[in-house]
Amino acid sequence: MDYEVKLDIFEGPLDLLLYLIKKNELDIYNIPIALITKQYLEYIDILKTLNLDLAGEYLVLAATLVHIKSKLLLPETAEEGEEEADPRHELVEQLLEYQAFKNASQSLLEREVLERDVFIRGAAPVEAPPGDDDDRHAWQEIGLFELVDAFRQVLGNLEQPELMAIDLDRTSLADRINEIMDQLQGCQSLTFTELLNGSRERRLIIYTLLALLELVKQRMIRICQAGTFGVIRLFLAVEEDHG
Amino acid sequence: MDETKAVIEGLIFASESPLTIDKIVEIFLDRNLTRQDVTAHLHELMNEYESRCGGFYLQEVAGGFQFRTRPELSAWIAKLKGTRPAALTAAALETLAIIAYRQPVVRAEVERLRGVDVSRPLRTLLERKLVRMVGRKDVPGKPMIYGTTRKFLEVFSLKDLSELPTMGELKDLTK
Repeated sequence: MDYEVKLDIFEGPLDLLLYLIKKNELDIYNIPIALITKQYLEYIDILKTLNLDLAGEYLVLAATLVHIKSKLLLPETAEEGEEEADPRHELVEQLLEYQAFKNASQSLLEREVLERDVFIRGAAPVEAPPGDDDDRHAWQEIGLFELVDAFRQVLGNLEQPELMAIDLDRTSLADRINEIMDQLQGCQSLTFTELLNGSRERRLIIYTLLALLELVKQRMIRICQAGTFGVIRLFLAVEEDHG
Repeated sequence: MDETKAVIEGLIFASESPLTIDKIVEIFLDRNLTRQDVTAHLHELMNEYESRCGGFYLQEVAGGFQFRTRPELSAWIAKLKGTRPAALTAAALETLAIIAYRQPVVRAEVERLRGVDVSRPLRTLLERKLVRMVGRKDVPGKPMIYGTTRKFLEVFSLKDLSELPTMGELKDLTK
């Protein structure tokens, strides 16, 4: 039920390159550029045919690889006996550094992580959607389509002709966002119906949809649904800071 | 038990965040307690909890001292706490590691090291208060400078940043 297409298999072009080097059991200090460039470009092609939104950085590295390859192909200009630097050098340095930070992030996870391995006294439980274990079946995070569907239902229930309603009360989108956040701060979670509070005003309903979309995009809230066609409920996504 | 030690134990118990030695010295102001005295008491307490091997222990973390449950008991405590915060994504962790090692650091540098845009993971880290803006760099565009927070130390059980493995050690892991 996930509508988001993720390219998180690789955390970026350097990660893809490291993966290829490991997969081929290559020596990072002596990368066969022709081979690796070929494979790298093949991956890029696959990602493209999957119609994924390919980050520009992948192409930059592709260009770098091709550039290095072309340099290696050129006959060495043995002028003045000056030793040409290995064109791969800079890339190798970058890869090693990246690998070190990757190790660093792994070593963080190996530590005793608060709220995972160790707990402090009486810290308030993080109010999150009951998404784990038993409740997993009850609440599912929903995609954009379900949300839009819910709104279409509400709009569809409105009586049609509301002739010439000129409303002077112009709430802005930012206002609506703040209102929703205020409501949520008060009670941690809201059902969709509570949020609209029986309003029949088309404008308010549409602003609510836009506000929700923005809040989800900013990862300020999470929207879950109790099973297919079930009740939709909003949760604050941000962990309260007790420090 | 020595009264001073008992007071210190009580202070740590009642404190919401890791209690610093400075704070303890401040509270004992009229008793002229030195930092050495406090440290000695703290170490005694730490040893006592260690040898007792009970449900929790005293840990030095984020420049202070805090009671924490034993890692071996995590599965039990988790039942009490219910849901826990979602784990950080690999992207967020890498970004966090780079900021931790290179701080104070601008975003462009983090992106150069990761080789990819970091706006999303960076936002997550700011939201979770693991990273904060520490100022602006005095170069054209005045980019934000980022650093890790005290909460970062608390979450990853670090006394201070020097407890992180050095870059040299991390590079050796690769070989």
